[in-house]
Amino acid sequence: MTDKKPKNVFKQGPIPSEFIGESIAKHQTKTSIGAHNIFLGQVRADVIDGKTVSAIEYTAYEDMANVKFDAIRESAFEKFELTCMHIYHSLGIVNAGEICLFVFVSSPRRKVVFKALEYIVEEIKAQVPVFGKEIFEDDTHQWKINN
Amino acid sequence: MIITIKYFGLIAEVTSQEEETIDFSGNTIADIINFLNSKYPDLKNKDFQVAQNQELISEKTKITGQEIALLPPFSGG
Repeated sequence: MTDKKPKNVFKQGPIPSEFIGESIAKHQTKTSIGAHNIFLGQVRADVIDGKTVSAIEYTAYEDMANVKFDAIRESAFEKFELTCMHIYHSLGIVNAGEICLFVFVSSPRRKVVFKALEYIVEEIKAQVPVFGKEIFEDDTHQWKINN
Repeated sequence: MIITIKYFGLIAEVTSQEEETIDFSGNTIADIINFLNSKYPDLKNKDFQVAQNQELISEKTKITGQEIALLPPFSGG
């Protein structure tokens, strides 16, 4: 473990579309970039046993999760020629239709960003201790499991 | 040895708390799991991984750290 404290990836509540738009705008000064790619995870209103998911409440082992996000970031920079990368994940309640994960990669060339984005999202799903409680419209719940 | 145990998600529901501190004299993670299984019988049929000092470890691992976490299946994103 290094002394460097990893960046905090978590944001309370849903990730607003304005925030995503502003993140894109901030890259206009970085003119070596030729391609961006963005993944937005959105809460789905799944119907399970006749009940509809109205929201997911996210919790996390935050210290470990931020270390894992940092390792995924380092590994992606090693594997792919990226100019920059940003990851944000929600904590707390995110309603169906709202955004809970925002991953943003940029590179001089397009082919890299397609591969890098898929790699990063799959690593996040598999490696990061985040837990989603699917809350149904009748206030019952179940714990989500990633496939 | 004083150990803090953290519980998350479904596991925190089973233990009815997110964290507790215990004075523990066992050697391995398996010893801790046995102890917790008797304290919380409903843990036995639950799926979880164990982290020690924020690294996932196996049941054979020796207890070295002050912080153990019981992590149910991940579901981020």
